[in-house]
Amino acid sequence: MTKILVDDVEVDVPPHYTLLQAAEAAGMEVPRFCFHERLSIAGNCRMCLVEVKGGPPKPQASCAMNVRDVRGGPDGSLPQIFTKTPMVKKAREGVMEFMLINHPLDCPICDQGGECDLQDQAMAYGKDASRYAEPKRAVEDKYIGPLVKTVMTRCIHCTRCVRFTTEVAGITELGLIGRGEDAEITTYLEKAMTSEMQGNVVDLCPVGALTSKPFAFNARPWELAKTESIDVMDAVGSAIRVDTRGREVMRIVARTNDAVNEEWISDKTRFIWDGLRSQRLDRPYVRVNGKLQPATWAEAFAAIAAKVKAAQPGKIGAIAGQLAGVEEMYALKALLASLGSANTDARYPGNPLNSKAGRGSYLFNATIAGIEEADSLIIIGANPRKEAAVLNSRIRKRYLKGKFPIALVGENANLSYPATYLGAGPESLAGYKPAGEKPMVIVGQGALNRADGAAVLAAAAKLALEIGAVKDGWNGFCVLHNEASLVGALDIGFTPGEGGLDTGAMIGGGVEVLFNLGADDIEIPAGSFVVYQGTHGDNGAHRADVILPGAAYTEKSATYVNTEGRVQQTVRAAFPPGEAKDDWAIIRALSDVLGKTLPFNSLGQLRAALYAEFPHLAALGTIKAGEAADVEALAKLGGVPDKAAFKNAVEAFHLTNPIARASKVMGECAAIASGAQAQAAE
Amino acid sequence: MSVRRLAPDSVQPASFAFSAENKVWLAAQIAKYPEGRQASAVIPALWQAQKQAGGWLPKAAIEHVAECLGMPNIRVLEVASFYTMFNLEPVGQYFVQLCGTVPCHCMGAQDLKKVLKEKIGHEHHVSADGKFSWLEVECLGACTNAPMVQINDDFYEDLTAETLAKLLDDLAAGKPVKIGPQNGRSKSEPKDSIKTLLDGALYDGSKVGSWQGDFDARVAAAKKAKEEAAAAAEKKA
Repeated sequence: MTKILVDDVEVDVPPHYTLLQAAEAAGMEVPRFCFHERLSIAGNCRMCLVEVKGGPPKPQASCAMNVRDVRGGPDGSLPQIFTKTPMVKKAREGVMEFMLINHPLDCPICDQGGECDLQDQAMAYGKDASRYAEPKRAVEDKYIGPLVKTVMTRCIHCTRCVRFTTEVAGITELGLIGRGEDAEITTYLEKAMTSEMQGNVVDLCPVGALTSKPFAFNARPWELAKTESIDVMDAVGSAIRVDTRGREVMRIVARTNDAVNEEWISDKTRFIWDGLRSQRLDRPYVRVNGKLQPATWAEAFAAIAAKVKAAQPGKIGAIAGQLAGVEEMYALKALLASLGSANTDARYPGNPLNSKAGRGSYLFNATIAGIEEADSLIIIGANPRKEAAVLNSRIRKRYLKGKFPIALVGENANLSYPATYLGAGPESLAGYKPAGEKPMVIVGQGALNRADGAAVLAAAAKLALEIGAVKDGWNGFCVLHNEASLVGALDIGFTPGEGGLDTGAMIGGGVEVLFNLGADDIEIPAGSFVVYQGTHGDNGAHRADVILPGAAYTEKSATYVNTEGRVQQTVRAAFPPGEAKDDWAIIRALSDVLGKTLPFNSLGQLRAALYAEFPHLAALGTIKAGEAADVEALAKLGGVPDKAAFKNAVEAFHLTNPIARASKVMGECAAIASGAQAQAAE
Repeated sequence: MSVRRLAPDSVQPASFAFSAENKVWLAAQIAKYPEGRQASAVIPALWQAQKQAGGWLPKAAIEHVAECLGMPNIRVLEVASFYTMFNLEPVGQYFVQLCGTVPCHCMGAQDLKKVLKEKIGHEHHVSADGKFSWLEVECLGACTNAPMVQINDDFYEDLTAETLAKLLDDLAAGKPVKIGPQNGRSKSEPKDSIKTLLDGALYDGSKVGSWQGDFDARVAAAKKAKEEAAAAAEKKA
């Protein structure tokens, strides 16, 4: 640690800190455009100038000078920098004036207006009038994809977007061509960017050069109500902020959560919001003479009650889809139990993950932040880039630090970092032996959602033990989930109970009445009476006999447990459309009609019961770690996997759930992505 | 300078690949850098590609260099568009670069510009016969022989409107031309009195090094003052 005086405030900071970070540690605000904590240092905007005592008689860029490089006085006094002297102010005003020379004054028609770094900093360092009489520069707008709108005349060449796409997203597609006044940000020949993380450049751009294309001219930041919530597009559980106007979700932006998503979110998380408006189920429906007819809640419930009462308890079942929250699954499980059925499941057919095997058997045990500690990695049957894009950028971050051999078994794909391809099927695991103290094994759902899933899971656990991935202080056995609901479902035991049927048996004709809580990715054959409770007119609703309209993740407070086992809660930002209701409340109301009234009348009471049974769910934001013994038990199960090649769980990144499939923007992205893949395959 | 973009598709060749000779040459360039740092050879590689492609860099050449060095296309385009000596559009067989910076400007570069405009046409334009194109560039470092032009790899200096016009005519006709100063000088020596270095006054201390006498006198005076002060102090004691 090194002591330094910042404007007479003494701080003790690590010597590798930049002066800018030291100033922040001392509570001083330093303006900046190009500096970003999570990107490399460019030092090209010059806005962060400070005065260094005893240094050169000119202002220094504080982002590009380390604390260790500032010398103390000859009399042993501490090194000292100033952030508020007249020299600093004048220097920054000069920088700002240069920056504004070529920046158009089009704030009234700029989407960044109101949340623009340049606007804000011009309030502090701008002049009231311009001394510049010459013609201003104008730059042609570039096409860089369907998500990011460009107004390149506004660009101040901070190169944050170039550094982000190169370093974090791992696509070297954006660049700064030309030089000086004629420098321009563009992709090569204006092709669309191919990253699943490209939307983050919108957040990073300090001016209005890169803005959100779908959000263009839709709303001003100050008229939006901001709700801090959690994303459910994948099992990462990224921290998001949902911005609403009235009852419409206008946009979704990232929040910082260093343990999970740092400050990045995937494009699906960010641009999904138009899917929340279309294809919505806003009233109950009942199938009459083969056609779905609008109905009242009472009629829908009566139709269900008639079927349920006619059915044997063992012939009633429930499956839950990827967007279901813990509360509604808990309520549904309680309802099924009161009806005398143990047929509950949230897994795909064949998936061996099981509540009874303990948390250690189905969690991403190393945790997402723990990826940075690992020193080798094998990925089995997963494409983290598509299944958990933000987690993938964490793997890339670790890869960039060096000495991190990555092996891949399954479908070979460009993961944005190089990986040694071992083979396509389970037999390729043989002989894998990484060097290092903290190996990591990631098992994807693609490796588990198959008939021999249990054997594959056991083989992976065995491999983890063999290579020393499970030991004191380190558990590198990681199951990568791609569905937000599954860990929560396993936590509360939404799996077949004593003598209960699993998903495969239920859809295979094992039940007469099937409650489908938003499972749209499983095809249910004709025969059973299906009650679909969900938000969108997707596959599940098309097959349903009764449709109960529920609330989407932005419209309810629900608990989700992410792939590493972190318990998080969404917050209601808007109300569900039409007659749609909170999901737990629908199940509670239905239980009343079925004569098996559930013992809670409010979300608070439900949660009290839930927390009493599963105390770890009450500790929001934390992880109850899985046991190493669970992995050891898994490995002992044994079994011989067959030789079939692994097939990834997610094929089209942009179309994994009903909300995404209802989104026009995601559809456009998917079309471009599949086009890009076709090109690459040629 | 103005915005530099790749040439329109209509003039872009369909493909580009280094010749066998250049491939060997490139391998030697790459070998100069440590393993995995082959991208360091991007400027020489682009320069060689420009030579092979006839004095300019087609899109295909940029992509070929990127492929040879294992770099993303955009990174090579960044380099190619940054350095103005990489021409992104076709040039004539004789590519004339006219220096327009201050010394040449003072010595009549504007007259040369008129000649080029008359004979070849406007900048960024290849003459109809494909022989000439020209560009005004910044200082080429031959200020003592201003004004000058660079044609392909050679300097032609001490030009006037007439000598430049004749030079262009000779090149067009395929006649041999003299490289270097066009006014009779051989290098950058004074034009009329080439024996200036024989002037005795340069060496007797009256012109060159005349500061030495002043300096010595001042050092002696300072030394004397110090000694006197020391002596006075001693006396007091």
